[in-house]
Order: sequence, then C-alpha cells, then structure tokens
Amino acid sequence: MDEQTNVKVKILRYNPEKDKKPFWQPYEVKIEPDATILDILNEIRWKLDGTLAFRRSCRSAICGSCAMKVNGRNILACETPMHRFKGRGLKIEPLPGFRIIKDLVVDLDSFFEKMNRVRPYLLLDKPIPDKEFIQSPEEFEEIREVCICILCGACTSSCPSVWSNEEYLGPAALLKAYRFIFDSRDDAADERIDIVNDKNGIWRCHTIFNCMEACPKHIKITEYLSRLKVKAVENSI
Amino acid sequence: MKIEEAKKFHKIDTVVIGAGLAGLGAALEIAKGGGEVAVLTKVYPTRSHSGSAQGGIAASLANVAEDSEEMHMFDTIKGSDYLGDQDVIELFVAEAKKTVYWFEHMGVPFSRTEDGRINQRAFGGHSSPRACFSADITGHVLLHTLYEQCLKHNVHFFNEFQVFSLLIEDDISRGVVAWDIRNGGLHIFHSKALLLATGGYGRAFKITSNAFANTGDSLSLILENGLPLEDMEFVQFHPTGLYKHGILLSEAARGEGAYLTNDKGERFMEKYAPQKMELAPRDVISRAEQTEINEGRGIAGKAYVHLDMRHLGKEKIMERLPQVWELAFNYLEVDGTKAPIPIQPAAHYSMGGIPANIKTEVIKDAAGTVVTGLYAAGEAACLSLHGANRLGTNSVQGAATFGRISGTNILEFIKTVNYPKMVANPLERAQRKIDSFMTNKGKEKHALIREELQENMTGHVGVFRNETDMLKLKKIIKDLLERFKEVSIDDKGSAFNLDLLEAFEVGSLLNFSEVIVEGALARKESRGAHYRTDFPKRDDKKWLKHTLAWKTDKGVKLDFSRNVTIYMDRYPPLERKY
Repeated sequence: MDEQTNVKVKILRYNPEKDKKPFWQPYEVKIEPDATILDILNEIRWKLDGTLAFRRSCRSAICGSCAMKVNGRNILACETPMHRFKGRGLKIEPLPGFRIIKDLVVDLDSFFEKMNRVRPYLLLDKPIPDKEFIQSPEEFEEIREVCICILCGACTSSCPSVWSNEEYLGPAALLKAYRFIFDSRDDAADERIDIVNDKNGIWRCHTIFNCMEACPKHIKITEYLSRLKVKAVENSI
Repeated sequence: MKIEEAKKFHKIDTVVIGAGLAGLGAALEIAKGGGEVAVLTKVYPTRSHSGSAQGGIAASLANVAEDSEEMHMFDTIKGSDYLGDQDVIELFVAEAKKTVYWFEHMGVPFSRTEDGRINQRAFGGHSSPRACFSADITGHVLLHTLYEQCLKHNVHFFNEFQVFSLLIEDDISRGVVAWDIRNGGLHIFHSKALLLATGGYGRAFKITSNAFANTGDSLSLILENGLPLEDMEFVQFHPTGLYKHGILLSEAARGEGAYLTNDKGERFMEKYAPQKMELAPRDVISRAEQTEINEGRGIAGKAYVHLDMRHLGKEKIMERLPQVWELAFNYLEVDGTKAPIPIQPAAHYSMGGIPANIKTEVIKDAAGTVVTGLYAAGEAACLSLHGANRLGTNSVQGAATFGRISGTNILEFIKTVNYPKMVANPLERAQRKIDSFMTNKGKEKHALIREELQENMTGHVGVFRNETDMLKLKKIIKDLLERFKEVSIDDKGSAFNLDLLEAFEVGSLLNFSEVIVEGALARKESRGAHYRTDFPKRDDKKWLKHTLAWKTDKGVKLDFSRNVTIYMDRYPPLERKY
C-alpha cells in the first residue's frame, strides 16, 4: 500500500429538496497520492458523506459520464490524477452552463436534444450493397478522430457562445454534423449543412478554442468547425 | 400499495432493460418492424459498458486472409472448452457476418483495407484475422451508431431508471417496476415482452475491467423470482488489466504484436502456449501470468507483469492503439512507446448469466421450459455461446447478434399475444426494498460490505480456485448477507440518490456471488476459465454439463442435468492445446 496523503477538497453542493442555492462544502480526505479525482469523490461518498451525488461509470475515459469542473477546468474525473493540480486545494463543481439536478449532476437533456437537431445518423439515397460500402483508408481518416467523441459535454459546457445563447448548437452537436457531412457514405450533406448554416449554427463559433482545451479526447474541435464553415460557404456559392 | 400510488403507469408492448449493444440492437429491430418499444437504462445509453470494448467484432469476412464460418465455429467451440452449445455457435457464426454489414450500412466507421473494405486483425484463440475493427474504439463506435439509429427510429428512452423488481407470475412476465433516478419515484411498466440486457457481473470482484454499472442487477432479480442462473462460476479474467486499476488494455495490442514479459525479461508464454504465444486464449494467458506472479517472477516481485509494445513503433501504436497508449499514460504515467506497461489479470467477462434458448427466451429449468414473454441477451444471458471461456471480439458480436435476433423474435411475439394481466400489488416488492434502506437505523455501510466482498471474491474465487479457499469465502458471504440487513444510507432524498442505488447494487452483488461460489465449489474439474488447483483436469464424463442454480430458503440449489448441445460427428470434445 502506498503511503496516504491528506487532501483538502471543496465541492459545490446543491440539493433541490433542501437548498435555495448551491454552496461550497469542504472535506478532508486521506488517500493515495496517485488517486484520481473520481477516487477522491468515491472516498468521500463511501467513507464520509453518502449524500454526495455525481455520475460515473466506466472509469476509463470512454463512457463520458464524469465530466465536471475542477479548479476552473472541465475534465473527466476518472482519468485525471489529483497531482495534476499540485500544491493547490481542489475545487470541484458541476459542468457550467447546465441546470444542476443535484450536486455534480447536471441536466444534459438540452445537450442531447441539440445532437438530434443535426440528424445524427447516416442517411442514404444509394442502394445498399450485399457486403460493405467501399470507403478508402483516406476517407475513413477524414472521420476517424471526430468519431472518438464520447458526448461528455465538456466542450459545449466550456463555450462562451453557448453561455450567451442557449439556442446555439454548440461544439459537440456541430462535430456530430461534421462526422456525417464528411462521411463518404452519407447522402445528406446538403441537408445537414443547411441545418448548421443557420443563425444558431456554425457562425456562432468565434474560434475561442475553449472547446479544444476542454476536450478530454484531444479532438481538434475548433479546426473541424472551421472546415465546416468553409464547407458552408462553398455550398452557398 | 395500489397501482394508483405509482408515480406513473406505462403500458408499452416491449420493455428493454439495458442500452448496450444487445438492448439497443433489439430495440432497433423492434422499432424498425413497427413494434412499440421502450428502453430503460440506469445510465445514458451512450454510457453503456459495450462502449468500452476496444479491439474488434468477430466475423469471418475473409477480407485479409482465408477464413470461413466453419473455422470461426471450431475456434469458438475450442475456446469454450467444449461447454458452448454448438447449435447456438452455428447460428452465431453465420449471423455474425450479417451483423457486421448491418452495422456498416448504418454508418459504423470501420478501419479499412487498402482497397476500401473492412479491415480485420488477429485476436487470441482465432485461427484467422477475424476482428473487424475501428482503431481501438470498436465498441464505442458500434454503441454510438446503434444509439443514433434508435433515435432515427423513435425508440423511446427512459434514461437513468433503475429496475427494482420484475413482475413475473405463473411463469409469465408482466412488466417491471423502476425507480426514476433523477426525480425519484417508482414507475410501473406493463408489457407483453421484457428483454433483460443488463450486461455482466464483474463488479463482484476487486480487480475488474468492468464499469461501476456492471452489478448484475437483473441476475439478482431473476434469483429473487425463483428462477435459475446458468454457469455462473465461469468468469473470464482478462490478461491485460492495467496494474492496480484493472482498466482494460485491449487485446488488440497483442493482436498487433505486443509481448508479455516477466521480471527476467522473458516472453513467458513460450512455456505455456508455445504455438500461439501471446495470442493464446485469455484463460490460458491469465493463468500463465498468475503463475509467473505466484512463483516470484512478477516485476520486482510484485503482482504484475509487463505488456511490451515498444517494438511496434510509435506510428503503429498511435494509429492502431491510441487508447491503449493513452490509458497507460494517464493512469500510470507510462509512455508505451518507450517503456513496457504494468498489467495483471482482471475480472472481465461473465460467461454465466440468465439461461436462455437459441431464440433468447428465458428458461426456468433443465428441460428448457420457457418463461412467457421474458427474454435475455448479451452478457447478462447464458445461451451458452461462450461456454467456459469466451474468445476476444466474440462478446461484442454475441451481444449485437443475439440482441438483433431477440428483437426479431420479440416483434413476432408481441403481434400474437394480448397484454398479460397485471399482478395484484405491483409496487409492493420494490417499495419494500426502498423503504428498508430509507428507514433502517442499522450501523452497516454498503460500501464497506462491498469492498469486503470484492476483496474476497478476487482472493478466493479468482484465476486459481481450491476447496479450502472457497469454503472460507462461502462463510464470508453468508456473514456479509447478514450484515447487509443492517445497512442504512445517509441520503434520504428523492433527487439523484446515488446512496440508495449503490445500496441496492451491493444487494445484487451479494445475491449472485453466493451462486458463483456454490457452482465453483461443486464443479470438481478445470474447464476454461474455471480452474481448480485441486482438480486440474477437465472431466467430460462427469462435467460436460451446464450448471443451473436457484436460491431457496435452504440455500443454493444446483442442477447439473442440462446437457451441452454437441455435434459429435463434427466437433467432438478434444484436448485443448495452443
């Protein structure tokens, strides 16, 4: 067993059944120095305070449940070791920009609903072959990275344009549109471009790069959105 | 309690529990066929653990090398140590190819061959490169694609709903009662057909690749309803769990050529599987690793060995195995292009589960009597496709294919029957469970009980098993079950009460863990993932049989009269060597 260390943590708590507004609650946890943020939250829940609520599942950075804000940055709790915030206490709060359901759990309905608006599924006019559609390695490469998106919400939650306009699709939904527009098999690119080439679409992106910094999968989101803008312009000429 | 006291009463032809590949695959087929279907999941659908599958999905497409359904069938049978039902496997290998094209036509982004076809890679126990893959995030893209298609076809989702009881009476399924996690409150779902697709039960173990959600709740509910579970003692330990965390590092790393080495720097698989080496099946490799560790050849004498992929080169690692690299880097600060990665066996896949026939109908006895309207598919089910040991990439395929098949069968079923009568007091059992946690003044904490269970399951019914250890474990679980009655929770609220959910889940773990141990104790042989140091040989004369286990007032009741379906003329049991 590694030697344990004391960690001071402040968590933004909110219980809709009791609290008028969110408040900071301090905890002190004894834990291994290589612990992740999720390990700390679990330790609190299991040993100190069972009323703390947060989402988590896979703990290997692929399910997208545990996005939250730690010391000012959106991260996945499961993959972030606490020593990344060396020398400072920890301040843990829910993803900004969403309604709090309880403690670190936010309402992601609007996030998923925006996804639906870009028609996030392959649409085909062409006949379906007996075997697979032929797609070259280069064509696959066009969409490989954007398909890594785990829908954690860290990007959309970090975007000032989303904060100022609730109707803006936001980076995650636009990335989903990109994933299909640039898929060589899809037949509905024009229709999707019309959806994103809208007052609440791609032009609300002011290339602030917050989304890219927030993305736990390191997807070059802003770059892809810029390509989407080019495509939108090309289509309207 | 009366029905009117439920927060809401839903009447829906088909209810699916679980939104992984099996649940979504079934729901999609039902919705596409015009059937009414709702999916209940305790997480959001895209958070399901199918998304953690990395390496690929098996199908004998023969895109990169010679392959056939027969070869896939033989590999699966041999991998199962002959406990797999051969009629199920035969259907599986044929449908597997259709499933891959079904996925591709829905938009799954597969890695490609130079000529633009689906690329395939080698995997343990498969005699041909058969794993169709998308870099090392195959499960993730399959899951997201299925979810997208379910949206397109208007499948109704109840996200963050936890099932607390099944409504089964006179061997007819009538629906479920579920707790609305977000807002609190019990909902009754009255249905003609119910599909249990809740995934595996690896969370019973300390070192596991499984998600927090994989607590086998529906398995426990099956036991509670007087129905049996099948082959529960067969738990697969994956050879490359990240040291201390258990997080999965894909077998794709070895498929691409990575080595396993001990403290002396030896590729130790030379001693255990000289032909297949690092691509022997998982049970064989996990035992090899554990032997190296037990005999003092773990790295620096500790409980791990090395996964070495340095010789693959940075370019290949980053193109084919980016997730493997990133997990090792994030969790252990090891750069896999420059250093070997510490790994150890981790509880990974549940071969056992809810007994179901080839149509995915749940059965209640060795004769195969069907529970009307009740279905099971994916890792929660035992058909038995994987027998005593599953091959890599057959799980993702098994979940998707039998989910799809289940959907087709359910669609037929709901067209031909009327709604069964609702039970008299549907809320009673679920409400009793919630009340007991909410009002109990006991001193016990569910988290501590769970930790003791997991520690002892990994220690006493892990890679190697023996009678002495398991008798000890049996007593430990009995004590934990007693202590569990005194569990109280801190959170008494309605909104997102994680305390309540975790308490319920620990109850599930305890319930079926007892069945795992009793099955493992009774089965006095070694087969596939079940290895008894006191009975190290396979014994086909006595034990080429499935295990059925019920929980009764007098303890666990076992039945070994369910025969394995074997085509003696084509695939008779042989010694299993790699």
